[in-house]
Amino acid sequence: MSRIFTPKVVTANALLEGDVVYLTEDGTWTRRLDEAELIEDEAIAQLRLIEASAQPHRIVGAYLAEARAGRTGPAPGHFREGFRARGPSNRPHGKQAEILDV
Amino acid sequence: MYNPTKSDAAFLRRRAQEFRTQVARRIDGSLTEEEFKPLRLMNGLYLQLHAYMLRVAIPYGTLNADQLRQLAMIAERWDKGYGHMTTRQNIQFNWPRLSDVPDMLDALAEVGMHAVQTSGNTIRNVTADPYAGAAADEVADPRPLAELVRQWSTDHPAFQFLPRKFKFAVTGSPADRAILKAHDVGLQLVRRGGDLGVRVLVGGGLGRTPLLAEELRSFVALDDLLPYLEAVLETYNLSGRRDNKYKARLKITLREEGMEALSTRIEARFAELRGLYPGAAREYARIAQDFARPALNAAPTLAHFTALNDPAYAAWAKTNLVPHSDPDHAIARISLKGPGATPGDITAAQMRRVADLAEAHSGAEIRVGQDQNLILPHVPLGDLPALHAGLAELGLATANAGLASDITACPGMDYCTLATARSIPVAQALADRLRPIERELGALSIKISGCINACGHHHLGHIGILGLDRAGVETYQITLGGDASAQTALGERSGPGFAYDQIVPAIERILRAYLTLRQDASEPFIDTLRRLGPAPFKTALYTETRHAA
Ligand code: HEM
Ligand code: SF4
Repeated sequence: MSRIFTPKVVTANALLEGDVVYLTEDGTWTRRLDEAELIEDEAIAQLRLIEASAQPHRIVGAYLAEARAGRTGPAPGHFREGFRARGPSNRPHGKQAEILDV
Repeated sequence: MYNPTKSDAAFLRRRAQEFRTQVARRIDGSLTEEEFKPLRLMNGLYLQLHAYMLRVAIPYGTLNADQLRQLAMIAERWDKGYGHMTTRQNIQFNWPRLSDVPDMLDALAEVGMHAVQTSGNTIRNVTADPYAGAAADEVADPRPLAELVRQWSTDHPAFQFLPRKFKFAVTGSPADRAILKAHDVGLQLVRRGGDLGVRVLVGGGLGRTPLLAEELRSFVALDDLLPYLEAVLETYNLSGRRDNKYKARLKITLREEGMEALSTRIEARFAELRGLYPGAAREYARIAQDFARPALNAAPTLAHFTALNDPAYAAWAKTNLVPHSDPDHAIARISLKGPGATPGDITAAQMRRVADLAEAHSGAEIRVGQDQNLILPHVPLGDLPALHAGLAELGLATANAGLASDITACPGMDYCTLATARSIPVAQALADRLRPIERELGALSIKISGCINACGHHHLGHIGILGLDRAGVETYQITLGGDASAQTALGERSGPGFAYDQIVPAIERILRAYLTLRQDASEPFIDTLRRLGPAPFKTALYTETRHAA
């Protein structure tokens, strides 16, 4: 039984900084989830993941993360992805320190 | 304190240098991530949710003032100005950049510290009773033994690729404060006749299958200990299951084979290995000299007794002081669980000042406890008011050691890639809710883990909380009746879990029930629970939910 494909983004951690990055439509990496490419087709998602995994000099551990269409771009599809996109909830560190409108 | 030898220092420099070249080869592309990952794990470097994380060992939980200052420097220079104390006597830095880690390791090596084998399927940091060398009830200081085991296990060529991680804990006292039974191997110093030897427990661990260790041998002579441990590890290395990582720990091997069969194999191998490491007894004696207790002065104690008239000081003295083997001294516990704190976090500025206070009042020694608090082990009673005042300036004089707001919590979903829910904010909200009634509640241990791996020791809390992901929603399961003391016990699940915004009131219901169920104020929560069983607590826990629903 095939499951319905839900939208994804390609995400990973940057090799040098270790922080969360997302693949954009033009194949570059961004640190903002809302700038990522929201992929709604399973075959394309697999292809984009292969492209991403072929960049071990930039990133570590690429995978497809649940996402949904938000107001300004992709938004987290699971609370874990929410923390990855923002940073920890006990300190104002991580992305929330650099990006104001998350 | 242990004085590293020239060869110890050379080893640490070599290891740091080796890792520097490995990092460089990863960055220039000569190593793939698959090749690099086991190498970085051998050196304590993880990749977490938001950044790399470096786990630094604090062997047997002992630090000197210079080491703590160096940790402060590292936190400020290469991290975000703080560190996190764990339940296994490690400190974790949550934000290093990959290219900075070799410099961090060099800085650690300067003060005899390292991150070797703080991760990976190796023998991990050897933990010990944090009151070692100061406790009133001690047969002998366990740290020389712990240091001997550390030297034997560090970079041991046969034990770098074990079936799974392997954890040792050591105590010198019958009042186990090192949670021996939650470790793969627990070592307890005991005396038989006049001879010092070791009682060996095996097969404990938490995680998804929590099991308590059982006695393998009631006495191993010190001379025999390393060959004996070699036999334990060799036997495990051969028979530990490599086909299934959830069954790979010694605790499973023990239950699959049975104690008798396992012990027979270990004894047979030991008979062959006996006499290995002939220099160990001499080395033990050399190490033991380094751990001679600092000279205790017999200064006047009056200041302490006068200060007891101050309610804030008296409250702190009541909860945060532990009897020392010398009646004119005390063991002082420094709570890292003040209002708003993240359990176990300490800033660089606090580290520096605690180092100063340790130098002034505790023979320059600091300990890290399995409860994520710090300890100054040798404080003259007369110095305590000055220590208390110094700690108060740092926001570290919270009088809650062993009370409800002294909560153990792992990093959980705020940092950890394996987490299924958050633990830190639950600990904070619960501490805020319980702080007003914690003196009335008395001794209570609450422990929280953000997933089934149990790094926050939830099975060992009088009340344990396990964060899970139930269909994309943070959900918290409660266990009751765990105990991290010498009467080690694993808690039992109370029943269905609670949502993030329901877990704090749920715990409060259990504790309100305790206040009505206890015989009187002298009966602690765990005793009432043991006397009555979990039923009345479960009734309180679930009845009101149904009312509310
Ligand atoms: C990157 C972060 C961490 C990772 C990946 C991690 C991973 C794990 C895993 C997989 C287990 C289960 C082992 C098993 O059942 O065989 C475990 C157990 C444990 N960890 Fe962690 N952990 C992390 C952080 C921590 C922290 C912060 C602490 C202390 C606060 C800690 C202390 C422990 C303890 C005490 C246990 C249970 C004892 C046992 O191994 O049976 N860990 N950890
Ligand atoms: S218990 Fe789970 S969430 Fe907590 S630190 Fe361990 S692995 Fe991470």
